[in-house]
Amino acid sequence: MAGRFKPITMAAASFFLVAALAPLFVPSWATLFALILAKSVVVLGIILLLQAGQVSFGHAMFFATGAYAAAFWGKYVGGGDIVLFLVLGAVSASILGLIVGLFVVRYREIFFGMLNLAFSMVLWSLLEKMFHYTNGADGIRVSRPGLLGVTFSPGAFQYVILYVSLLIAVAAFFGVQRYLDSPLGHMLRAIKSNETRLEYLGTSARRVLLISYVISAFLGGVSGTLVAIIQQIATPEFGFWTKSGEFVFIAILGGGAHAFGAFAGAAVYEIVRFYAAAQLANAWQLILGLVVIVIILYAPSGLIGLRQRGNRAKEGAR
Amino acid sequence: MTDNVLLSAKGIKIRFGGVIAADGIDLDVHEGENLAIIGPNGAGKTTFLNISTGYLRPQEGSVSFLGRDITAQLPRTITRLGIARAFQIPQLFLDQTVMENMLIAAASLGGRPSGIMALSSLPDAPEMTRLLDLVGVREFAARKARELPEGQRKLVDIALALALKPKLLLMDEPTSGVASSEKLGIMDILTRALAREKVTSVFVEHDMDMVERYAHRVAVWSMGKIQKVGTPAQVLADPKVREHVIGI
Repeated sequence: MAGRFKPITMAAASFFLVAALAPLFVPSWATLFALILAKSVVVLGIILLLQAGQVSFGHAMFFATGAYAAAFWGKYVGGGDIVLFLVLGAVSASILGLIVGLFVVRYREIFFGMLNLAFSMVLWSLLEKMFHYTNGADGIRVSRPGLLGVTFSPGAFQYVILYVSLLIAVAAFFGVQRYLDSPLGHMLRAIKSNETRLEYLGTSARRVLLISYVISAFLGGVSGTLVAIIQQIATPEFGFWTKSGEFVFIAILGGGAHAFGAFAGAAVYEIVRFYAAAQLANAWQLILGLVVIVIILYAPSGLIGLRQRGNRAKEGAR
Repeated sequence: MTDNVLLSAKGIKIRFGGVIAADGIDLDVHEGENLAIIGPNGAGKTTFLNISTGYLRPQEGSVSFLGRDITAQLPRTITRLGIARAFQIPQLFLDQTVMENMLIAAASLGGRPSGIMALSSLPDAPEMTRLLDLVGVREFAARKARELPEGQRKLVDIALALALKPKLLLMDEPTSGVASSEKLGIMDILTRALAREKVTSVFVEHDMDMVERYAHRVAVWSMGKIQKVGTPAQVLADPKVREHVIGI
């Protein structure tokens, strides 16, 4: 098994290297790569749940929680620090994840997906309607925080947040991989293949799913905080269902079978958006739509599946 | 065989719509024995396993294990008390290797599974290898469960149950779906493994050859009642049993 995953780990390492170095030569890529890396973290959470065969259509709620944790601090307390924001975002999203998780892990498949969606729409409505606290649809500006007490110029800051995102993304990538390889990770996959047997081994499938759910909420919170800092704003749109859909879309695009799928998917998604939006205005969704049709028809295991497919074809020809 | 009662069912009643699966079942399982349950299709034999493992709740009556009432407990709670189950259709984690299947069972038994250390580095690996060897499927350890033929899957299913170090193993037709040429081999392996691991067993069986050869006691389940309990020789010689259950 380790042998099969090695090329993917190599691909991940090269990707992280490019993300670290390329923006040094093309400054406009700093924010692009920071966004790709930050978004990949919430998609990792989606991929985690996909291991159990469950698709959450509401993960934007954790993403928004992370974003608003930073925004509220700025609005009500003032100032702020990247590390503080990340801790706040992660903790509040994890707590919400635990509360929502206690309900949703009782359900499977479409019911799991829809209940997540319902919870996320409740949060979205609150963010949208509680105008007095949240500025409604306008959102809350997140002013540029410092890092461990040091403040930066806008030019330098885009690199600071890029490398913070890179560090977190790398840690999340290896953390999730390690988790998937652990007994809990294997039990998570066992929920997909045979939940009955798991119960008959004496393990509570709900508990296994809940632990992963809280981890995925944690990742969603961290990701939302990072994106709010990068884009310097938190709006209810962070928690809208289309955002949740976008995360699932990226996971399917990249491939849900492996943690690197999150990065492959997010990279393609954001790069297409970055360039196609400039060239084709509103047609970029059309292009992504076509890309995903091709993926589903010809590479159902996503971009990272293409390589394995290629390998199998080679073996078959022998 | 000793006279210690492991599992005791008292006055079990359960009906599904118009079908009465159990109508006052009393049955004791003694420590160290292999008890076979035979009876016509649909008589309620599997229902008994479902009740004993907490999958179904009887409408009346109770089941106790080692003197403790387990009637309304969850399957996983009963599993932790020491009752393991093997299924008529093997229930494996098909996308994982046989060894991973076993290690998931080991991690389950240990409780509080880790989210950090690798499954493959669990200290239980040699013990799981020994169990796979004991049931004769060690050579498949690195293969995905999906790739195994049915007979081997059944053995892995039983190895998974043994990995839980149960006191009692409930098996639903351990040799169904297996080519008749392999049946004896599988039952030989199985009974040897059970004796070696000191596991008491209850098995539902349709093949009277298997019952005669491997059971210490036989219970005949028909029309919601236990019609007869005794040694295979006593039970299979009974003309009523021969007519209604065996069909000769």
